[in-house]
Amino acid sequence: MAINWFKYSAPSTFYGLAGKLIPFFAWPAVILFAIGLYIGFFVAPTDAVQSEAYRIIFIHVPASILSMFIYLIMAGYAALGLIFNTRLSSMMAQALAPTGALFAFISLWTGALWGKPMWGAWWVWDARLTSELILLFLYLGFIALQASIEDPRRADKASALLAIVGSVNVPIIYFSVKWWNTLHQGATIKMTGTSMHVAMQQAMFIVLVACWLYVIAVALARVRSIILERERNTQWVSELKEVR
Amino acid sequence: MNKLSLFGLLGLVIRRDLLLAMRRRADVLTTLIFFVMVVSLFPLGVGPEPEMLRKMASGVVWVAALLASMLSLPRMFSADHADGTLEQMMLAPQSLSVLVLGKILAHWTLSGLPLALIAPVLGLQFDMSVQALWILVLALLLGTPVLSMIGAVGAALTLGLRGGGVLVSLLVLPLCIPVLIFGAGAVEAVNGGMSAVSNLALLGAFTLFALVFTPFVAAQALRISME
Repeated sequence: MAINWFKYSAPSTFYGLAGKLIPFFAWPAVILFAIGLYIGFFVAPTDAVQSEAYRIIFIHVPASILSMFIYLIMAGYAALGLIFNTRLSSMMAQALAPTGALFAFISLWTGALWGKPMWGAWWVWDARLTSELILLFLYLGFIALQASIEDPRRADKASALLAIVGSVNVPIIYFSVKWWNTLHQGATIKMTGTSMHVAMQQAMFIVLVACWLYVIAVALARVRSIILERERNTQWVSELKEVR
Repeated sequence: MNKLSLFGLLGLVIRRDLLLAMRRRADVLTTLIFFVMVVSLFPLGVGPEPEMLRKMASGVVWVAALLASMLSLPRMFSADHADGTLEQMMLAPQSLSVLVLGKILAHWTLSGLPLALIAPVLGLQFDMSVQALWILVLALLLGTPVLSMIGAVGAALTLGLRGGGVLVSLLVLPLCIPVLIFGAGAVEAVNGGMSAVSNLALLGAFTLFALVFTPFVAAQALRISME
C-alpha cells in the first residue's frame, strides 16, 4: 500500500485534518488539567520548607519547560519552511509563536508570585529569570517582524531567519547570563532521581502533558485561521461549508 | 572588464561607504552626539555621588553604545536600497557575503570606532580610574563589531519596512545581551581587583564567531528582502 506522506503538507488538505484533530487534543487537555491541578492542590502534601506557596510550581514548571521547548519547535518549523519552501511549516511557526510568548509570560508571572513569599522580592536578576525574560523578548521580536511585513512569504522567510539566529544565540545568552549572576535554586529533578514526593511529581507531569496537548490544540486552531486568511482568494476556501 | 578579487571588492565597498559618509558628516556626528548625551544624562538622573557613578560607569557607557549603534543601523542598507544600487550589487558576480562584510566594517568604522575613542572622555565624567578606562576602550573595540554584525542581519531583515527603525532595535537588542554583559563585566572585574582577561577573551570569541556567520546570514536576509 502506497501512502502519500506529503498529502497533508498542502494547506487545503491540512485545514480539514486539523479541524478533525483539534477535539482529540483539546478534550484530553481539559481533563488532564483538571486531574493534574486536583492532585497538585488537594492531594500533594504541604512542603516542609516552602509550605503551601510551593504549589504554584504545578503551573510554573510546565509553563517554563514549554516556553523553551516551543521556541525550538517554532524555529524547527521555520527552518523547514525556509529550506524546503513549504508554506504550511511557516504557518505552523507563525501559529506557535503567540502560545510560546504566552507561556514565557505565565512562567515569569507565576515565578514572581512564588518569589515574593520565598525570596521576599517579586523579581531578582537571577540567571534563569533573566534568560526567560530575554526569551519573551525573542518571541515578541519574531511576532513583530512577522506582523510588520505585508507579503506573507517574505514575512515567513524573514522571521524564519530571525528564529534560526535566535536559537543559535539562546545557549550563548543562557550561559552568559548564568555566569553573570546566579541565585535561583538548583534543579530539583535530576537524572539520578529526585527528592520530590510522588504526588508532586505526578501532578507536575500530568499538568505538563495537559499543557502540551493544549499547545497542539491551540496551534492547530490558529493555523486553521492563518490558512483561511492567506488562501481567502482560492477556489477551495470559497467552497467550504463554514465560509459559504 | 577585469574581475575584482575578494579583498579588492572588500576594500572597494569600505572605501565607497566611508566616502559617502564623509560627504554627509552630519549622520555620523548625530550618532556620536546622541551617545555623549545619553551618557551625560545618567548622572543628572541618579545624582552626582562619585562613588555610585564610578560603579555604574561601564554599564552606562555600554548601554548608551548599544542604543547609539541601533540608531545608525537602518542607514546601513536603506540608501543603497532606495536608489537601486543594492540590486546592482546583488547582481555582481562576486560574493554578496563579502560585500555585506565590507558594509559591516564600514559601519563599524563610522559608529563603533568613534564611540570607543570618545568613551574615555565620558569615563572621566564618571571618575573612572586610568586602568579601568583602558579596559573600557579595549572592551568597546572588541565588542562593538558584534553590534554592527548582528545589527546588519536586523537591518537586512527590516529593509524597506514601515517603522523599520524601531523594529530593528526590537530584533537586535536581545541578541546583543551577551556583549553587554561581558563588555561591562570586563571593567567591573578590573574595579574589583580581578583580571579582565576572561571577559575580554569571551568578547573576542563572540566577535570571531559573529565574523564567520553574520555576513552570510545578512546576505541571505538581503536576498529575502529583495525578492
